[in-house]
Amino acid sequence: MNDPLSPVSRALKDGAIGALIVGGLGFPVILFRADPDFNNVLALHFRWPLYFIFVGIGFVLRFVLSLWNARRAPKIEVHAAPGKKRGWLAPAGLAALVAYPLLVLALLGPLPALKWVDTFGVQILLYVLLGWGLNITVGLAGLLDLGYVAFYAVGAYAYALLAPLTGFGFWALLPACGLLAAAWGLCIGFPVLRLRGDYLAIVTLAFGEMVRIVAVNWDVVTHGEAGLFGYPGLTFFGLPFIPGPHGFDAHFGLKFAGVHKLIFLYYLILALALFANFVSIRLRRLPLGRAWEALREDEIACRALGLDTANIKLTAFALGAFFAGIAGCLFALRQGVVTPSSFTFTESATILAIVVLGGAGSQVGVAFAAALIVGSSELLRELTFLKAVFGESFDPTQYRMLLVGLAMVAMMNFRPRGLVSTRQPTILLKDGAS
Amino acid sequence: MEIFLQQLINGVTLGSIYGLIAIGYTMVFGIIGMVNFAHGDVFMLSAFIALLLLLLFTQVFALPVGIAFFAVMLLTMALTALWSFVIERVAYRRLRGSFRLAPLISAIGMSTFLANFVTVTQGPNNKSIPPLLDHVIPITSGGAYDVTLSYKQILIVAVTASLLAAFWFVVQKTPLGRAQRACEQDAKMAALLGVDVNRTIALTFVIGAALAAVAGSLFLLHYGVVKSSDGFVPGVKAFTAAVLGGIGSLPGAVLGGLAIGLIETLWGQYFSSDYKDVAAFSILAITLIFMPSGLLGRPDVEKV
Repeated sequence: MNDPLSPVSRALKDGAIGALIVGGLGFPVILFRADPDFNNVLALHFRWPLYFIFVGIGFVLRFVLSLWNARRAPKIEVHAAPGKKRGWLAPAGLAALVAYPLLVLALLGPLPALKWVDTFGVQILLYVLLGWGLNITVGLAGLLDLGYVAFYAVGAYAYALLAPLTGFGFWALLPACGLLAAAWGLCIGFPVLRLRGDYLAIVTLAFGEMVRIVAVNWDVVTHGEAGLFGYPGLTFFGLPFIPGPHGFDAHFGLKFAGVHKLIFLYYLILALALFANFVSIRLRRLPLGRAWEALREDEIACRALGLDTANIKLTAFALGAFFAGIAGCLFALRQGVVTPSSFTFTESATILAIVVLGGAGSQVGVAFAAALIVGSSELLRELTFLKAVFGESFDPTQYRMLLVGLAMVAMMNFRPRGLVSTRQPTILLKDGAS
Repeated sequence: MEIFLQQLINGVTLGSIYGLIAIGYTMVFGIIGMVNFAHGDVFMLSAFIALLLLLLFTQVFALPVGIAFFAVMLLTMALTALWSFVIERVAYRRLRGSFRLAPLISAIGMSTFLANFVTVTQGPNNKSIPPLLDHVIPITSGGAYDVTLSYKQILIVAVTASLLAAFWFVVQKTPLGRAQRACEQDAKMAALLGVDVNRTIALTFVIGAALAAVAGSLFLLHYGVVKSSDGFVPGVKAFTAAVLGGIGSLPGAVLGGLAIGLIETLWGQYFSSDYKDVAAFSILAITLIFMPSGLLGRPDVEKV
């Protein structure tokens, strides 16, 4: 290219354009902020320093990018050598997961450990379970389900409604919740089977929202926004986690501590998550799992080969929904209250982001993404000095979703098959073929 | 009867706003076959831009409201168009050859980003402005209920109708419209014949965003209140309108918008306002399942 400009002046020009664009984008939204004053009338505040910081960032980013592009030689696509198998990663991670709650308990004592086991243990594992469940639908079968949270809600409401009604314990209801959610998956899956990928996504989104709206408005059953609470909680094979002579702690001669219930819940979720993982790994080697992956790659070819695409899609939907139902039941146990506001589209988007950032189809990647997305915002919440920097109303979850959104865009643009995805093809010719 | 007439007027007003947003969905779908999930949030962002500019013009520069609103609308169109241009460049352009769900996932990410960007920069609460242009024309009086037609409603319908006429002219008669229709039919062939496909697609996004910005300004004018989560539901409803009218068809988008607006207001009046969103979502599901080409669309032929 015979460019009359030197790389630096060209980069300066690009930087200036970048600054102009950021200036235009941020002009009203970043520069001004409208807040109600004492008379409850909106008044504008000017934020010049913030605005110029953003414009500056725009300039620097574009400048650096331009220089970088100029220095880089024309890119030759090199196919990466097959990555080294990191066989130790999964067992090591598993060992850490098993040791985590006991370690926290031993190091911190029962009361401070409560928060760590709950928010960083139980909560993250719940998302791992959800991510692995959705991974069956999205990652393996390639059906984009934007209403996944509906099945989660079905599981949670099923437990909260059935536990007081039937008097059954948690162990009987856990599979019931999963099966109910799976039945819902079949009901929702059946009409949408014929739709192509993006239409299917939108229809599942519509169904998911409908479930939430019904939960908000069907006061007689769901108690609307107030939600359901006061249902029986978790028991250890019949022993309730309560202080007193009949509780779990007295039975085992322990001092009563609330954290024991959470540790039990933690191991329970861990076991169920590993079960979900086991099921999806095993299924991938069965004809059904291969059919899922084939369906994801090319539906028309599948049909031409005589696969029953309707049944294959339905099983993927139902199995994904099953695990969401189980997760919902566990969520109801953890939270102690089930309200519709826990099942918004944002929740679906978060779970989808976990699957997408984990590299659709990769199990370890999904677990890492769940820990990263859920853990990081909780960690930010812990850092109180951030409140001093950003002001009292600083809420890391907003920034979390902002970054998650950007990360999803970046992921699709640069690594569409996933960050940690080292997954080998399920079927491979042993030697000779490349 | 009077109530029905009043709801008819309200429904047409709401439907005009949905129709304006729906055009953005339908054009982008027509040209690159992608559901632009972030379009609803672009609409919400434009309403915020309009709000801030209106405050700037009326409070700081102390312009009269009429002139201020006119200037706000034009400037909002320009700024929202810039946003949409950048979004297309950053989030979608590289994905045209990628696997089928990639653009949709990227758009969901963009939608999440925009909603939370506005939450972070402007706060999560409702922002309301004092009512503007409050005059009403009584249509019937003396009955059980006085039917009125407000200046706002006339303005909204008039602006929508004139924009649509202008827009129709652009698509049918100008080189840009010809290029657009050519890319819609066959982008590769259009490129071989000298159409700048990238530029045409970018312009499609820009036009869609400008129309969404008009919808955003009118939404602000009509309801006087906006919050950062306002992009999702109107976005889905406008998408429903586009699907109902037949995705890819411009008159279909407007027709669908009016239909959704009317169904929503009438449903809210005669059945239950709690479930009026369910009505819109069910129409979306039913249309996609049983009538995927909508009222005016062409059937989608899958080529192998």
